[in-house]
Amino acid sequence: MLITCPYCGPRDVIEFTYQGDGNRERPDPASQNFEAWNAYVYDRLNPAGDHNEIWQHSGGCRTHLRVVRNTLTHEISSVAFAHGGHGSAARRKAEDKS
Amino acid sequence: MMAEYSAFSLLANALKGNKDWKPAWRKPDPKASYDVIIIGGGGHGLATAYYLAKEHGITNVAVLEKGWLGSGNVGRNTTAVRSNYLLPANTRFYEHSMKLWENLSHELNYNVMFSQRGCLNLAHTPAQFDDYARRGNAMRHLGVDAELMTKAEIKRLIPALDISDSARFPVVGGLMQRRAGTARHDAVAWGYARGADRRGVDIIENCEVTGFLRDGDRISGVTTSRGDIRAKKVAVAVAGSTGRVMQLAGIDTMPIESHVLQAFVTESLKPFIDTVVTFGMGHFYMSQSDKGGLIYGGDIDGYNSYAQRGNLPVVDEVMSEMLALFPGLARVRMLRSWGGVCDMSMDGSPIITTGPLPGMYLNCGWCYGGFKATPASGWCFAWTIAKDQPHDLNAPFTLDRFHRGLVIDDKGQGANPRLH
Repeated sequence: MLITCPYCGPRDVIEFTYQGDGNRERPDPASQNFEAWNAYVYDRLNPAGDHNEIWQHSGGCRTHLRVVRNTLTHEISSVAFAHGGHGSAARRKAEDKS
Repeated sequence: MMAEYSAFSLLANALKGNKDWKPAWRKPDPKASYDVIIIGGGGHGLATAYYLAKEHGITNVAVLEKGWLGSGNVGRNTTAVRSNYLLPANTRFYEHSMKLWENLSHELNYNVMFSQRGCLNLAHTPAQFDDYARRGNAMRHLGVDAELMTKAEIKRLIPALDISDSARFPVVGGLMQRRAGTARHDAVAWGYARGADRRGVDIIENCEVTGFLRDGDRISGVTTSRGDIRAKKVAVAVAGSTGRVMQLAGIDTMPIESHVLQAFVTESLKPFIDTVVTFGMGHFYMSQSDKGGLIYGGDIDGYNSYAQRGNLPVVDEVMSEMLALFPGLARVRMLRSWGGVCDMSMDGSPIITTGPLPGMYLNCGWCYGGFKATPASGWCFAWTIAKDQPHDLNAPFTLDRFHRGLVIDDKGQGANPRLH
């Protein structure tokens, strides 16, 4: 299985760490909605077909990626930055200050 | 019921040219309705049907299998049977299974080749050895056999094991369960199928469930590739396909991820190892079949998959682990590899429960340990279906335990299915 990293190009799956179901919404850290937290921690879509998931290129540029992969064929149809690419957090912080 | 298989029947049939054997199970067409439908003709579904008929007298039962009988995980596992868990809920449940295994060939009048050759977990650090002592004590506390083994004892038991101090991960000791072992996986499916069939259960192969029938809120049957079938109770025991089948019932999320687990077998060798051995510094387990092939496996591939085939990185890792323990196997050829889809739960423990919808019963979350559970899973699921409430043994294995904070996490890994 090859994943095409937007920075590094096509790389073997052993360079990546799987971080699971990318459909889950993390509740606001201050939220006391236990059902929402339980759903976030424990419930998964687990489709047979296209699956929206998060991988990290841990053996490469360390970017988190949002990958659409077919769980029946292992075919990957899309790879994108999970959070807008490197430096995006710093950039957001800078924008917040300005 | 008189035993169908005996030394006498073997001899009599041999003299008559083996023309009078009955098929082990019928191939009936589905009836319009049943008392109970079990979706999934694997080990657990067939065992459930058998115990429903035998223990609870419920014989108007259909087992619906989308492929052929035994085509799923019951024919894809590495056949190990053990009850060496840490947490009491798991220990009690798997020990019940072990006791059923010990009498299974006799009970089914079918040789499942259950062989209590022992299962040895190797420890490679003093801390790991201490941890095994703790688990062994927890097991013995509940009446399950466990013993610590020294390096010298292990060397006598498994001469081929690299026990030297220069090994990649030197062996410190191990935890042995002597009553653990292996069984012939196909025979388990066939034995339960025949036992259920002879008690009146319809086993319907090539019958894929495509949807659920409802009577108001209540599940009242299924639509299938062979027509609609109604039932008072619909039980789901589909292992790796749990997500797909529950989606047909309108339940989109479950505390389950489907992952692929690969397994391997080598060419036949002379007797090489007469126990089940597991590696403690990675994830690897191996035994030898009566035919001589070494049967072994390791970790799941680690990403969601329904493909029933894996990728090469795990193959590479499993072979490395094998050679770390048994350098002498370097030139042995691997004959076959295959994959099975495992229903990995969020705490590594199964779910056997009523619901989650009225009229429905659910058996899933076996991770990659479902084979050894087959008898107890069927026994407890049959109880749950017949009495509309769980037996004490499966009462902890609810579906809502995750949201209620009652997880049973033997390995302490948290809600990360790929690590269980």
